[in-house]
Amino acid sequence: MPEQTLMKPHRLIMVLVAAVLVLTFAFMMDWAWLPKYSSEIFDALWITIALLVSSIVAGFLLAVPIGLVQVTGPRPLAWLAMSFCTLIRGTPILLQMWVLYYGLGSLFPYMPGLRQSWLWPYLIEAWPYAFVALTLSFAGYEGEVMRGAFKGVPRGELEAAHAIGMHPFTILRRIWLPRAVQRVLPTLGGELILQLKATPLVATIAVVDVYAIFGRIRQETFIIYEPLLMLALIYLILAGGIAFAFRLLENKLPARG
Amino acid sequence: MATNYREMSAAELLSLEPPGWGGALLDGLVVSLQVALLGYAIGIVIGLGGATLKRSGGPVARDLMSVYTTFVRAIPELVLILLAYFALPELLNNVLSVAGFGRIEINGFAAGVLVIGFVQGAYATEVFRGAIASVPVGHIEAAHSFGMHPLRIFHRITIPEMLPAAIPGLSNLWLIATKDTALLAVVGFTELTLAARQASGATKHYFLFLLAAGGLYLMVTLVSAQLFKWLENRVSRGTRYA
Repeated sequence: MPEQTLMKPHRLIMVLVAAVLVLTFAFMMDWAWLPKYSSEIFDALWITIALLVSSIVAGFLLAVPIGLVQVTGPRPLAWLAMSFCTLIRGTPILLQMWVLYYGLGSLFPYMPGLRQSWLWPYLIEAWPYAFVALTLSFAGYEGEVMRGAFKGVPRGELEAAHAIGMHPFTILRRIWLPRAVQRVLPTLGGELILQLKATPLVATIAVVDVYAIFGRIRQETFIIYEPLLMLALIYLILAGGIAFAFRLLENKLPARG
Repeated sequence: MATNYREMSAAELLSLEPPGWGGALLDGLVVSLQVALLGYAIGIVIGLGGATLKRSGGPVARDLMSVYTTFVRAIPELVLILLAYFALPELLNNVLSVAGFGRIEINGFAAGVLVIGFVQGAYATEVFRGAIASVPVGHIEAAHSFGMHPLRIFHRITIPEMLPAAIPGLSNLWLIATKDTALLAVVGFTELTLAARQASGATKHYFLFLLAAGGLYLMVTLVSAQLFKWLENRVSRGTRYA
């Protein structure tokens, strides 16, 4: 394992080189467009973060039952959950998003009564499709992880809870679920970053996230390098933030035993 | 001549001969698999080199590898594809024109292979690093003491012994490679996903063609998973806990 310190001669030189590179980029390149678009970039950044957070929360809530029924549920439900995971993990998320948006979206107008329902105003927007696609994708990947986590909780702990007369739901709430979540926590940070990397796909179905706004900037200014570098930097910062937050969280929580 | 797609059945629409679009989908599938295979191969080469550097390279090489893996893990593939497709050719041409060479062009295929290879390389480095670490040091030392050439040790001892530990990770990476090819649709490169989109746009049967493409991807995934399972059984013959 490399040591986590900067105080080594070669690392200091690398940091210096990086700093020189960043400064060259900052002063030699054309950043005049940045102030003009800054408010739009921040708005779009919010969309990206909102989609990320909401799809992760909703996806995780879905992933818990999906993982659980594969370990303990009745056969048909377990089979259904397994097929769902295979389907999500076996096809590209871009295609899933397009199936929902272009595929289902093109069928909705022909469904009787749907146009008059309260759902219709949402169905003609793009973001619900983006949200659903991201949520289902996260649920599929995380459901598989949760299956392993539920399975990995030592049987003795569940049997002990059973033996002192705990209700099955109490066991799930007080022992099984917390122990499973504790097991997935170390990998969750990585999963969140993967999900972050999936969010720019929503730009392909006309949701204006960070990626989309930089696409517009590139089209309007004809600048080649700077917007792309800025975009990469924004994702680096977001991913770094997630990684940092999870490192803090892991230090706060008791180690798993 | 306008074809009336509205009254065609699903089987007619998906037939391999035009006016059916099945042939276009299959062509797209072949292109996707080509990009995935080439990118995967590049990724494995980078991974083997990177793992060796991480294990036995100097501190600078090791830190540079960490920078590489960090960047790849944090930046979306979609942004990397834009960089490879729009920024890299421009940069190369600037350098080339300074050096007095003509312009080159990077097409969607090359950009796709490059990006997928670059991304796979970072993940493959980790897979191989872990797998090589599982090879008992004594075996390599024994080969050393026989006077085997390091390269020979690598391909006669290290690679065969680490494969059982590497195959699950490699299988995962291959599945990621096939799915990542779909992202090339965004820069207008006609692989399976974009072919499905074009077919559905032309016929207005969006659901049918996108689902058909999904079926093809799923087939690739399931067949590959079986192949890798067979491969894993094969390479782990003779290991104690296989």
